[in-house]
Amino acid sequence: MLAEEMLAILFMYLKAFAVGGAICATAQIIINVTSLTSGKILVFFMLGGVVLTALGLYQPLVDFAGAGATVPISGFGYLLANGAIKGAEKGFYYAVTGSLSAASAGVTAAVVFSLIMSLLFRSKTKRS
Amino acid sequence: MTDSARRGNINYLEYVRSLEPSTKHFKNCLSAFGVGGLICVIGQFFRYMLGFAGLSGDELAGAVSVVLIFLGCFLTGLGVYDRIGRHAGAGSIVPITGFANSVTSPAIEFRTEGYIFGTAAKMFTVAGAIIVYGVFSGVMVGIIYYFL
Repeated sequence: MLAEEMLAILFMYLKAFAVGGAICATAQIIINVTSLTSGKILVFFMLGGVVLTALGLYQPLVDFAGAGATVPISGFGYLLANGAIKGAEKGFYYAVTGSLSAASAGVTAAVVFSLIMSLLFRSKTKRS
Repeated sequence: MTDSARRGNINYLEYVRSLEPSTKHFKNCLSAFGVGGLICVIGQFFRYMLGFAGLSGDELAGAVSVVLIFLGCFLTGLGVYDRIGRHAGAGSIVPITGFANSVTSPAIEFRTEGYIFGTAAKMFTVAGAIIVYGVFSGVMVGIIYYFL
């Protein structure tokens, strides 16, 4: 019983590695072919996550790979679209505000931690 | 330099160019796959750990991304994340830690221009685009699902 659970956890790590790695490798291929900047890649992959979630294709991937699908930036798009879809069931107000509400944890963390880090650290790139 | 020698030189350079990118691209993709996959495995690890701590559902997903964003910001502050990114390419850009890096990096870089128009305003050079198009497309999805 315990061994079975351990095996399931190990398999989940493997799936997360494979799916997350595949998404990143896809992005790398697109960068190699089109030489898009990293900012544009982030926007396009986020939009890809939104579209796939709206079409109902991203949820199965999240169920299958867990963090492998939620950790890449397309998972951020999944979060936004999922919030909107869940909000739409409650009413029009929640359909409009649902996406940013769902993303509030990530955006808040990025802003707060970045401000703290900018107080603590000096620029490293200029020195090296 | 004779004509044939020059032509030979050009042929050789073309030959080199035809060989070089594909191997470089393959190596790029492999390291992107490895690093990106590894970051997702770390995310999965925190999913299990915070799950044991009693979180579930949206709360768990939010907590995992907060932890990863903290790690991304902290490693960017230390200058470690950019060193990883030099080898990993998209493997360090596409995960949520890369989003954190895109916020923290200009925040530190532009501190010399002041805390309001440097740190705070420049923080959103990349993240702003993601939030603008993310929120817009999210609202569209919400409205479409509401009327369907």
